[in-house]
Amino acid sequence: MNSARVGRSRRITQTDVMQFLLRGRAFIALILVLLVFSILQPGFLGPDNVIIMVKHTAIWALLAIGMTFVILTGGIDLSVGSIVGLTGMIAGGLINEGIIIPQLGIAIYPHTWMVLAISLLVGTLIGSVSGLVITRFKVAPFIATLGMLYVARGMAGLRNDGYTFPNLVGQPEYGNTGFEILGAGHFLGFNYAGEYVKLYYSIWILVAFALIAYFVTSRLPFGRHVYAIGGNENTAELSGVRVNRAKVIVYSISGFCAAMVGLIITSQLVAAHPRTGDTYELTAIAAVVLGGTSLDGGRGSILGTVIGALVITVLTDGLVTLGLSTFWQNVAKGAVIVAAVIIDQLQARWQEQIALQQQQELG
Amino acid sequence: MSENPPVLTSEPDVVAGADEAPIILSTQNITKVFPGTVALDNVSFNVRQGKVNVLIGENGAGKSTLMKILVGVEQPTSGKILLDGREIHLNSPLDAARLGIGIIYQELNLCANLSVVDNIFLARELRRRGLIDRKVQRQRTRELVSRLEQRIDPDALVGDLRIGQQQIIEIAKALAQDVRILIMDEPTSALSAAEVEILFRVIRELKSYGVTIIYISHKLEELLQIGDYITVLRDGRKVVEVEAAGVTVPWLIERMVGRSLVSMFAHQERQPGKVMLKVENLTLPRPGGGYVLDHVSFELREGEILGFYGLMGSGRSDLLDCLAGLLPPTAGSIWLNGAPVTSTTVSERIREGVVLVPEDRQNFGLVPTLSVMDNMLLASLKNYIEGFFLARRQEKSVTEQQIKELSIRVANPQQPITALSGGNQQKVVVSKCLLTRPQILLLDEPTRGIDVGAKQEIFDIMSRLADQRYGVIFVSSELKEILAMSDRVLVMSKGRLTGEFTAQEATEEKLVAASAVGHGPSNGDNWNGREA
Repeated sequence: MNSARVGRSRRITQTDVMQFLLRGRAFIALILVLLVFSILQPGFLGPDNVIIMVKHTAIWALLAIGMTFVILTGGIDLSVGSIVGLTGMIAGGLINEGIIIPQLGIAIYPHTWMVLAISLLVGTLIGSVSGLVITRFKVAPFIATLGMLYVARGMAGLRNDGYTFPNLVGQPEYGNTGFEILGAGHFLGFNYAGEYVKLYYSIWILVAFALIAYFVTSRLPFGRHVYAIGGNENTAELSGVRVNRAKVIVYSISGFCAAMVGLIITSQLVAAHPRTGDTYELTAIAAVVLGGTSLDGGRGSILGTVIGALVITVLTDGLVTLGLSTFWQNVAKGAVIVAAVIIDQLQARWQEQIALQQQQELG
Repeated sequence: MSENPPVLTSEPDVVAGADEAPIILSTQNITKVFPGTVALDNVSFNVRQGKVNVLIGENGAGKSTLMKILVGVEQPTSGKILLDGREIHLNSPLDAARLGIGIIYQELNLCANLSVVDNIFLARELRRRGLIDRKVQRQRTRELVSRLEQRIDPDALVGDLRIGQQQIIEIAKALAQDVRILIMDEPTSALSAAEVEILFRVIRELKSYGVTIIYISHKLEELLQIGDYITVLRDGRKVVEVEAAGVTVPWLIERMVGRSLVSMFAHQERQPGKVMLKVENLTLPRPGGGYVLDHVSFELREGEILGFYGLMGSGRSDLLDCLAGLLPPTAGSIWLNGAPVTSTTVSERIREGVVLVPEDRQNFGLVPTLSVMDNMLLASLKNYIEGFFLARRQEKSVTEQQIKELSIRVANPQQPITALSGGNQQKVVVSKCLLTRPQILLLDEPTRGIDVGAKQEIFDIMSRLADQRYGVIFVSSELKEILAMSDRVLVMSKGRLTGEFTAQEATEEKLVAASAVGHGPSNGDNWNGREA
């Protein structure tokens, strides 16, 4: 038996190749969509398009990273799109109106850093409320966050009676200028096809978030707990994992990421609209799924999610540049997402078979 | 594995007589492989018409799997099923039902939220003009229940019935289907002696109508009383198939357990030390009234293996769940090394040194999506942090050490846990618990569904722990295991402690008698006054 084991690890079998292809499917999909669109649309990988796609990637990937934590536990967060809208409105309100204290008849204008901090805090708190509703009252994540989707969207509208907060540049005399730097500022860059591609702050934020998330999921006990909860909640509980606490934390992470996206978009537009982020949760979920994370929980990775976000971006922007109608764009996106899940299911079945094989070999 | 000819089929299959009843149903070389175990290995089983065909074997011998294949719940990995000499393919329980094969499961398969009538006619509703004919259904239910000599309201919710009554409803459900072949998988495990008598009368009545019975049970005397033919399974293989007449209990036991038993069940003397765990009046009410745990008090000493014996639903597993922090007791107290335990969560209990190896390995012991290593380290991750992150090197070395110490058979620690056999999976679960550095290890049916070799190894681990002054509490429904492993045996029945025996005092008869206390009037003195 010993010799058989050694032999198996040396030889590259058809099984190994299939496994490699299935594991790397998100990356293969990325290369595939890039190829297809650059053939169909010769200017697709031109500098203008790349700059736009880089910006979009940051937004989808940030949302999807937060979503990955939630989905790894076997949950779902439908509220992130609304949190994007609400945190934008909160930041916009803080810059244009400040914190009004009617009893004293004054308004306090917080510093721009404070604006960012408060908005992020609100997003995190909204996520933790969803988490508490899910864990304390045993509400299904789908329902709890669906409720939050409506509540947060409603609050975004209420903040300014459905109107936009425009021109969010602040005023020097209040000391709250500089909000637009988050969206427009850039650091380093590279020359590409004769043009300078700026690396906006949002990209660096994404890089930082992705690295932290990678280490949290793969190298911290908390990350291992997240995977365990998604794989088998009962076992996790019985192994001493504080399941409820971990769940509240993952929804808080998701809320935090959504708030970050809300700030970035608001800053890019230098205006806050109450409807910003509508249906973003669905794109984020699609990115996570395309990245190979199982909606059943327990299987997936941050790297996969980032690649999934790239695929979604290229797909969405590519379909736009092709000049297809939005209806066809939706049809194509939907088909790709379902195909991704079908492949995911195939992989699960495949792995089960491999496990059986190995077991028989071990005897 | 199936390529190797199994040793045991080389024995003559049946000692056939000329006047034997015809074979109505048979399996031919059935093999079934699950992730984690080979449940059936080349089993050929013959079922004779109008007879009670008994199937026996220890836990994990493959009886239940064979039955699931015969009713279409599971499909065999290889092999054929013949009905009336023709090959049949059963892809779902409905296929089996259409061919007249019905089953009464060991675990109750009733919907607690539906009424007795709705359960009996589930998926076979009687219809009139497309609508459910409630009146006729209710009428039929009354007939069935009275045939079983019971008084149960057809409209009562099944969840509100006693376990024994639920078992009766299971039987009624099978009878309602006008079956030709009825499989009974341990139908008496939750019945009182009086209810067993009724069941046996019904079985004889069914036989007289020409109905074929396949009967599975652990209770050997009971089998010899009702059975016509006996087939013994061991570790997924058929050992023997004989006529019941002339068969004795010791002969059966020998066939069931094989030879390795003697060494396996040799009791070892130990000297327990001071009291580690003290439990007083632990109480957990049952939602429908009565108690899951009824004022349970006992002590556990250092280096002691304390065995708990009891029937299904006697509260033994619930007791361990309470000790592990999984269930909150409503009253009573626990002391650990003289200090009262106030914690209410599993994670706190683990920190205090109490950890549970659960009965249901698949649903409570393993995370199927994780590797062997990640499963093993799940409960003790904080021990492997260096600086800020988990130290891979340390995780690996701990895992490899455990694999060696418990002789867990794996190709490498990164293998998916599902690639291991049941016994090796169980060892990973035990190892996960040991890595939390407990003082008290709770084991709930630690040998369920694992092969004989792995059983022996689990027992060795338990003995070793006791020698190292751990406290070990274990629950088992296997009398022999309890008797061999325990320094002291406590018996539970209906949530109460009904017997305490030292290793010297304990016998199978005493344990069985104590476990039956409170189960119906035919058990003699019926001194459990509250039960009525």
